[in-house]
Amino acid sequence: MTTTVITTLPHFSNLSRGIFVRPNFSFPFSPSRRLAGNLASSNMAAAAAAISPVPKDDLERIAKISATIRVIPDFPKPGIMFQDITTLLLDPVAFKDTIDLFVERYKHMNISVVAGVEARGFIFGPPIALAIGAKFVPIRKPKKLPGEVISEEYSLEYGTDKMEMHVGAVQPGDRALVVDDLIATGGTLCAAMKLLERVEAHVVECACVIELAELKGRDRLGEKPLFVLVSST
Amino acid sequence: MSACHSDDPRIHAIKSKIRVVPNFPKPGIMFQDVTTLLLDPKAFKDTMDLFVERYKNKNISVVAGIEARGFIFGPPIALAIGAKFVPLRKPRKLPGEVISEEYTLEYGRDCLEMHIGAVEPNERALVVDDLIATGGTLCAAISLLERAGAEVVECACLIELPDLKGRERLKGKPLYVLVESH
Repeated sequence: MTTTVITTLPHFSNLSRGIFVRPNFSFPFSPSRRLAGNLASSNMAAAAAAISPVPKDDLERIAKISATIRVIPDFPKPGIMFQDITTLLLDPVAFKDTIDLFVERYKHMNISVVAGVEARGFIFGPPIALAIGAKFVPIRKPKKLPGEVISEEYSLEYGTDKMEMHVGAVQPGDRALVVDDLIATGGTLCAAMKLLERVEAHVVECACVIELAELKGRDRLGEKPLFVLVSST
Repeated sequence: MSACHSDDPRIHAIKSKIRVVPNFPKPGIMFQDVTTLLLDPKAFKDTMDLFVERYKNKNISVVAGIEARGFIFGPPIALAIGAKFVPLRKPRKLPGEVISEEYTLEYGRDCLEMHIGAVEPNERALVVDDLIATGGTLCAAISLLERAGAEVVECACLIELPDLKGRERLKGKPLYVLVESH
């Protein structure tokens, strides 16, 4: 079983290594590095860094990407610090680097379908799908997809919501990547994964630009690996 | 002003991949479903290539995509031509300061929003959506971009429903489509 390769660097500024640390963000290791086990603590991360240095190019790209993400306080309600990726999309180099980092990771993994979660998953999923030659399947809110769908309910803070996928879009044995801009509690990604598994696809990994680590969405994905570019604590 | 490369061999395959779903979202509507096109990597790539070939030398600095299916087709164009991507969204989805443009529906009204500061004066903009029907949404999109001082160079859609005459509702802006559906 593949384990996640993402960890976070310790929170310190280390200009001699060319690492830019932005307040409240830390940077995962390069997507191309495979490390044994799931390195969650910063002590282990520091040890791993000593063993397996991150390519400067990946770190530089991730630092620039992180710097373009805008935090909007109290949206959509008081107390929430909203991670706004629209400012990333305004920077063509940062946007291209974001897609490239995902494509570099997935292009040799025989992914046959990229599933993007409405609506911001529609921005990042299709460019990845196009670059790796996979189908793109939109996972949508209820009543948006025409024709036959399957539905998966998931819980919100208050109440439930549903995600839908077209019947016939994904075949048994398809190797799937699930894409969204951000993982918070993991509820939406979990529902997306279940839809794919119900049609007997194999979910290889979930990929997001941002992880809100405190909300432990990663744990809610259970055994499924999660790959993110930027982890916010 | 029309542009539609019906003689390009790729167009035929693209058109054949679009699925028509009758009586969606309500009786009498023949819904043009592009999701089946997205299931064919070659057809999807050809679709994007056709747009990119048209726009790559037009000095477009911003691609504006209309939620939600414009989010699928806009970003790949933006990435390929080195332009910014700006999402135009339903109300209350965009965080921070926005400008809003109201437009009429068959019954009632709706609203499209864009971030303040996303687009600068004199930028050259392309508006993208999967389909143009009455042109109401595209018209609102054009208005938002013009209010920010941008010049809308063209609107680009995969599909046009010409009988609904949306083309006439685009404030004089040109429209480019790949496929017409009567």
